[in-house]
Amino acid sequence: MKRDRTVALVLGSFVLLAIAGPWLPQWAMFIMTVAFARGLVALGLLLLLRTGLVSFGQALFYCLGAYSAGALGRFFGISDIFVEMLVGGAVAAAIALVLGFLLARYRGIFFGLLSLALSMILYGLLVKTEALGSTDGFNILPSTLFGARPGPDWVRYTVLLSAAGVASVAALLVHRYLQTPLGRLAPAIKDNEIRVEYMGASARHAVHVKYVIAAALAGIGGALAATTVGHIDPEMAYWTTSGEFIFIAILAGTGNVIAPFVGALIYGAIHTMAYDVSPNTWQMSLGAALLALIVFLPEGLWSIAGRLRAQWR
Amino acid sequence: MAIVLQARGLCKTFGAVTAAAEVSAAIEKDSVVGLIGTNGAGKTTFINMITGYLKPDRGTIAYEGRDITRLPPRAITRLGICRSFQIPQLYGSLSVFDNMMIGIGIVLRNAGLAGYFARGAAPVPGFGRAAHEVAEHLLGRFGLAEYRDRNAQVLPGGARKLLDIALTMVAKPRVLLLDEPTSGVSAEEKFGIMQMVLDAVRAEGATVLFVEHDMEVVSRFAQRVLAFYDGRIIADAEPQAALADPEVKRYVVGNRA
Repeated sequence: MKRDRTVALVLGSFVLLAIAGPWLPQWAMFIMTVAFARGLVALGLLLLLRTGLVSFGQALFYCLGAYSAGALGRFFGISDIFVEMLVGGAVAAAIALVLGFLLARYRGIFFGLLSLALSMILYGLLVKTEALGSTDGFNILPSTLFGARPGPDWVRYTVLLSAAGVASVAALLVHRYLQTPLGRLAPAIKDNEIRVEYMGASARHAVHVKYVIAAALAGIGGALAATTVGHIDPEMAYWTTSGEFIFIAILAGTGNVIAPFVGALIYGAIHTMAYDVSPNTWQMSLGAALLALIVFLPEGLWSIAGRLRAQWR
Repeated sequence: MAIVLQARGLCKTFGAVTAAAEVSAAIEKDSVVGLIGTNGAGKTTFINMITGYLKPDRGTIAYEGRDITRLPPRAITRLGICRSFQIPQLYGSLSVFDNMMIGIGIVLRNAGLAGYFARGAAPVPGFGRAAHEVAEHLLGRFGLAEYRDRNAQVLPGGARKLLDIALTMVAKPRVLLLDEPTSGVSAEEKFGIMQMVLDAVRAEGATVLFVEHDMEVVSRFAQRVLAFYDGRIIADAEPQAALADPEVKRYVVGNRA
């Protein structure tokens, strides 16, 4: 049997980042923190993709998480990173729990389009809500950590380290979950739902649980993005945002819980470079990258790891 | 003998087609019952109604005295009524071993022995052994050990059939319904497969109902035969008596003379 190094890899990366972090330039820390935020959303998508479901609406929960974090600062004066992420994740999970009763009934294109429609409803609501800044959104208070306000040189590092910590814990929990009987139902549901039902398990319940977990991760990611960027607007719920997450998930592949974060980082790099080279046609560069990926690496970036391992043997 | 399964006056129509018309049958515990009849006679409908895939328009089904007519498939499975399929229903992207482990995982979870973070290391109920041991044990019993690490999608036909049945055994069924366990299998393999299945099932202890078109298989393995025609049971007797019945000869076996 193949040895599982995921736990060591996650913990090792975290320690490495914690040590190397202070020497990183500010822009690199920013890109990495945003990558952790997007990676959390993509980690939820990994869970859904393994179950055979493509959600075109994870932006709904991403945006809910971001606005929850924003509302904390705007209405309660709270700007603690961990409180923001906790509340962001909890609000997203609670909404997903309710929506899940509807969505868990659907599969394939119906699941995808329904999830997209729900995120566009939130977009529509936010655009019309003056109290939340309508199309302009609003700014978020500078992040604090457990009541402490890090010095200006240390804010980025503090947020980065918090993001890395939360992402590591989330990755390890999902990794563990995928090894439990309930988590292992994911490929079973993808393959043959009839058989799952006739072995005494509820596919709908299993999908519902995975949908809520994915939403919570997206909510945490949204809160993290909000506090990192310092500004939120309804675009976070727009369908193109959901598209970005799917892009990342496909780019990364569903082979391992670390993949979404690697994918998000590379996506961020491609995005930044494309924007730098051609600010008006950056979508084209991104599109070309996706096309190349589908042609040459249909299983995502993570499949490279498998190929390398096979070669070394 | 105790009655384990009792169907009373089951009716089911699909538009103008009558799939079940007042079907009643009492199945004795630990018996092996063959269901025969031409295509469209109502055999699979009968199995589908018992396992909850179809709800009868009228009539009731009782399992050990308990009404199960309106229960969903997974609830019926949890009570101990399991089924295999005419077209094997496997987890095609997974290995044979993982197929078994998924099934055992569901059993553990239904028994409250595995949660969101527990990997389900507890002994499997009914077997008293760890999950992977139960998987190996059942694969051995069904002659599938050599296919252990093969993808379920690329198994030979007979092995697919056997895996489909082996998957039902993880839940320790008390009643097992086999929908054409030997269809799509070569004539030479048929007897071997039925023998292996019945040996395995008897070792675990269960009542068996099987749909079969080959009358030689039926008379060799069934203790009792239910003959279906046009949504009705036209004969309910021991194999020899049932196969000698004039109606059965005419509508099911066909006049070979």
